Amino acid sequence: MSNILVIYEIRDKNIKKVSFEATTAASHLSKQLSGKVSALLIGSNLGSLTEKPGVYGAEKVYTIDNPALEKHSPDVFAHLISETAKEIGATHIIMGATAMGKDIMPRVAFKLNSPLVQDIIGLEFENNKVSYQRPVIAGKLRSRVSLQSEIQLATIRPNIFQAQENKVSSEVVALSKDLPTPRVIVEEILATGGGKLDVTEAEIIVSGGRGMQGPDNWHLIETLAKTLGAATGASRAVVDSGWREHGEQVGQTGKTVSPNLYIACGISGAIQHQAGMASSKYIVAINKDPEAPIFKLADYGIVGDVKEVLPKLNEEVAKVRGE
Amino acid sequence: MNIAVCVKEVPDTETRPKIQDDGKSIQKDNIKWIVNPYDEYAIELGLQLSEKNGGEVTIISFGPKSIEPTIRSALAMGAHKAIRIEGPKDVADPLVTARALATVLKDKGFDLILFGKQAIDNDNAQIPQMISEALEIPGTSVVVKFELNGENAMVEREIEGGKEKLSFKLPAVISCQKGLNEPRYRSLKGIMMSKKVPIDEVNIELTNEKLIIEELQMPPQKQPGRIVGEGPDAVPELVRLLKEEAKVI
Repeated sequence: MSNILVIYEIRDKNIKKVSFEATTAASHLSKQLSGKVSALLIGSNLGSLTEKPGVYGAEKVYTIDNPALEKHSPDVFAHLISETAKEIGATHIIMGATAMGKDIMPRVAFKLNSPLVQDIIGLEFENNKVSYQRPVIAGKLRSRVSLQSEIQLATIRPNIFQAQENKVSSEVVALSKDLPTPRVIVEEILATGGGKLDVTEAEIIVSGGRGMQGPDNWHLIETLAKTLGAATGASRAVVDSGWREHGEQVGQTGKTVSPNLYIACGISGAIQHQAGMASSKYIVAINKDPEAPIFKLADYGIVGDVKEVLPKLNEEVAKVRGE
Repeated sequence: MNIAVCVKEVPDTETRPKIQDDGKSIQKDNIKWIVNPYDEYAIELGLQLSEKNGGEVTIISFGPKSIEPTIRSALAMGAHKAIRIEGPKDVADPLVTARALATVLKDKGFDLILFGKQAIDNDNAQIPQMISEALEIPGTSVVVKFELNGENAMVEREIEGGKEKLSFKLPAVISCQKGLNEPRYRSLKGIMMSKKVPIDEVNIELTNEKLIIEELQMPPQKQPGRIVGEGPDAVPELVRLLKEEAKVI
């Protein structure tokens, strides 16, 4: 019987949405494997957070609650996760493909000598084995992978698997574990621009390219993003020109994103950029050049100057949002 | 201070990959092979540290003899030594490569082991963290700032909506992200020097792969959309489509 362990990620006393998405994905898989779903919460002063995994289908909620775990140390967390997985006989371990998940899970994989597939966008049970789907070469290809191992690990890309409530009566089990001395200390978390939404987690992204004609015009992007509750992104050209920070770059040497709506403003659509955003559900392109490759990818396009189109777009969106 | 930089040969970012007949790997002909772009930030960091503190930078790469030109391209930035671990080009399971690398890195006494944050072909982002566990030394990933004070390192890594500031003692493993530095151009002198550096070949028994690629596919092609119109006049119709047809706003 399978036992799928979902590793929860807590930031600023809140559970990250991707943890619920992972629990839903695990619930679907566990039905096919006739198994169960467990959750593991590691942190300090967890309190009522332990009630949440049950809402999404976790029957057991394991907790490791210790004041020393307020900030995470990657090696300590990896130790606790692998010890817990062994103790409860986990067959699958799933976590969000976040900065934290992608750092910790390879460590767990090594400790358990079990393979890990990162950043999956599909999870199916077929021909008696679990099939994991993931983008490779920044999304230019898709890879279908199987893991030949008693314990299988995966990180799931945020925003792909929808979190669905599926309330079960869950049992909270507090585990007491000795903490090893951390090799790495997290000193502090520095939020940029008041904890701005990150492109990898946003449902809407407003992204700008060289067609914005300079960093001084970025307020047009930021205003629209604010109206939409969106994250702001950028093309490689403008990051390399120093107009925007690299954390915003979308594309092969930046981030690969899959929002519901991607609004490309003054971005021509080089193959490296397309690779990073082509899996967005809807794409809007605004560009002066009607021949720009981005229009081949866009669901809706407007040919025009971003400096004229964006203020109008913001105005119209604000109207619709106000209704 | 002795530094290892682990480097991978990958297809140039312009590449439009084609799938081989076996459906499991990409066609290797007509590809321009380059040093993984993220690895160049690691090489640059290694060179800056060795220029400041003395010591040598060793390029380490895993693959067949055909990757030697790419190793030389990495050396041409100014690195001092090179090791090639003999192995096939297509290893899908990062555990296998990490174990081979760990065997070579162990006992070599490197103060710092550097990687790019991920290779731009398989996008795994696994091996640096695995090496940290294999050697039981501090490690972190996606580093955008690195400061060294004696054997104490203070780094910043990119996280969602901000940065995480971490501290640890060397020896350590880190993976480097764009923004950390500006990789230098390869000078003519560097290119000439790189041709004289011997590449040590190491043979290691590889473990079995447990991650199996069953199939590679092209991503679903998007249907070309429509041009809603020109200029600001087209905006109301666009907003209507986004609200009523796409239902995304």
